[in-house]
Amino acid sequence: MDSDSKITNIRLAGLGGMGVLKASLILSELLFELGYDVKKAEVHGMSQRGGSISSDVRFGKKVESPMIPEGEVDFLLSMQPEWSDPHMVSMANGAVRISPEDFDSSKLPSQKSLNVAMLGVLSNYFDISEQKWLDTLKKFFPEKLHEANEIAFKLGRKGK
Amino acid sequence: MSEKNRKLLSGNEAVALGALHAGCALGVGYPGTPSTEILETFSFLGGNAEWAPNEKVAAEVALGVAFAESSSLVTMKHVGFNVAQDLFFTAAYSGIQGAMVAVVADDPGMASSQNEQDTRSLAFAGGLPVLEPSDSQEAYDFTRLAFELSRKWGIPFILRTTTRIAHSNTVVEFDESTASKPPRANFNRDIPARVMVPGHARPAHLRLRKKLADMLEWNENSNLNTEIDGVGNELGIIASGVAAHHARDAAPDAGIFRVGFSNPLPVRSIAAFAKKYKRCIVMEEGDPYMTTLLKAAGLNIEDRAEKWRFGEMNVDKARAQIAGNLEFQMPVLKARPPQLCKGCPHVFSFAPLVELGCIVAGDIGCYTLAAMKPISGMDTQICMGASIGMGLGMRHVLPDEQARKVVSVIGDSTFFHSGLTGIAEMVYNPPSTGHVVIVVDNSTTAMTGQQENPGTGRKLDHSPTNKIDILAVAKAMGIANVAEFNPVRDSAKFKEYLSEKLKTNELTLIALRQPCLLAAANLAKMKKA
Repeated sequence: MDSDSKITNIRLAGLGGMGVLKASLILSELLFELGYDVKKAEVHGMSQRGGSISSDVRFGKKVESPMIPEGEVDFLLSMQPEWSDPHMVSMANGAVRISPEDFDSSKLPSQKSLNVAMLGVLSNYFDISEQKWLDTLKKFFPEKLHEANEIAFKLGRKGK
Repeated sequence: MSEKNRKLLSGNEAVALGALHAGCALGVGYPGTPSTEILETFSFLGGNAEWAPNEKVAAEVALGVAFAESSSLVTMKHVGFNVAQDLFFTAAYSGIQGAMVAVVADDPGMASSQNEQDTRSLAFAGGLPVLEPSDSQEAYDFTRLAFELSRKWGIPFILRTTTRIAHSNTVVEFDESTASKPPRANFNRDIPARVMVPGHARPAHLRLRKKLADMLEWNENSNLNTEIDGVGNELGIIASGVAAHHARDAAPDAGIFRVGFSNPLPVRSIAAFAKKYKRCIVMEEGDPYMTTLLKAAGLNIEDRAEKWRFGEMNVDKARAQIAGNLEFQMPVLKARPPQLCKGCPHVFSFAPLVELGCIVAGDIGCYTLAAMKPISGMDTQICMGASIGMGLGMRHVLPDEQARKVVSVIGDSTFFHSGLTGIAEMVYNPPSTGHVVIVVDNSTTAMTGQQENPGTGRKLDHSPTNKIDILAVAKAMGIANVAEFNPVRDSAKFKEYLSEKLKTNELTLIALRQPCLLAAANLAKMKKA
């Protein structure tokens, strides 16, 4: 497969209520704005009630299925390792697992901003400016949360 | 001036936008995963939208709009289509003068449903035309087209989506300058067309079959079906919905016939496609709907193994289907099952029932999760509103000692959806031991994401409206004992009252009222406003 047709696959996983779906929405919107074909898939409903939840984001020149095939996850954002690490079986060789241990989560402005910090860690693997990430984040939150999100994003981006 | 817009939209958002641009005058439905966000988005975009008490009423309202020559959208999940089926099977006969589009969202794999029925099979039985988008772009395009085709053929159109269409985001291009305004409504008397007594319905059935035959001819040449040439002629795949995209990933060299208009199925066009390939298979989510029809028409296609009927399709399953690998299993990941929210007040609603050894005829909503460990507080759950009827049935035949332990538990939104007729049955045919109905009232339709209902006093857009008082309704219908408790604060009092009423032969309805934990903050905001 030539690099032109390469699809990048990102899975975000955690428990309902942690902001998994919000983070995947932000990520897919960012990639869409950068001109990629993007597809995002997830399951709503009962799974939101504290149960395991995951969302797939795929991007490239042209994406067909919105769901990541087994063994083709390039980045796993494991937001709640006990319940989201099982997705590691779906990772490709050399894929990257990102978890709350990748930054100092005690410095999070609030537990609710964990999802944004996880995106901060992920941002290190893409050639996208910090400003672009922050601008996209702002679109998804009320103004009073902008500062906390910027702190959380930068915390994740800085890493340990 | 033409101006192309591009957005990343979910299938549900794309349907809402398509309906808006098609000039839909009214959107109506009942919340149900994965269809709920359609009407919320339609309202947010400025469309006129409302939640009806249930899907049948929603479809009735939508049909009224279409009888008045205007355009309506009605949304529901697959099982909601069953509730509305009585209307649809005869509206197909009567036809309509305006446009009516019903979006029915299937849940293969049952992420949040009690069965995985296939809307196409039901629509086929009812003679209703079906469009099947394969991504958000088609969800938008097909919705607009469905309004046009519904008006052109004078029949309600079904837009069948599945979870991965409804809740996947893909890129949508649209041109706002081509949007239409809602048409002017008008009523022209035509009694034989709309009063389906036998003498009118017999010719109407003939008209329906003629319409379907005409639609089939039209569909054989329509651009709702897409053919992608294969590299070589080894494999041809006939697919619909998201399965068509799984097929592209699984077999990039295969020829694909993507069916967008699946009832009446364009068999002739598919036969012409199939002839080009040495081997032909059908990839579809749910029933072997296309497979059965195509095989019946004598096409040389492979049988679809029963294995592919269950659950969602995906790229891996598509590969396994192509390989004929019936041993294939998706890895089973350790997953935490859904549960009642931490701190949910209605956990307390169930504790006394368990302590009193009740046989609990249950219903559909978050509270169904009380059936799970550690509460194990629910014994039956089948369909919306069934708690009351099933409880009464058990009371009628169980030995006295057991009958006295039977209670029906139903949520507030479910009570308005189809609990009211159960209450009528309870009053009309009371069991000799009486009966107790418990309404777990959290002031919202919580499971689907906090939608309003006739008991909240607010409309879909949260603006104020009339509020129906469940206790007053029960009283007016003839329930002798009516009481209300807070399940957290009044737990002991509730248990004592319930225990006392279970010993009598009387009819009792108890409302356990405490707002949903997740909705509480929103409710407080709305009260202030």
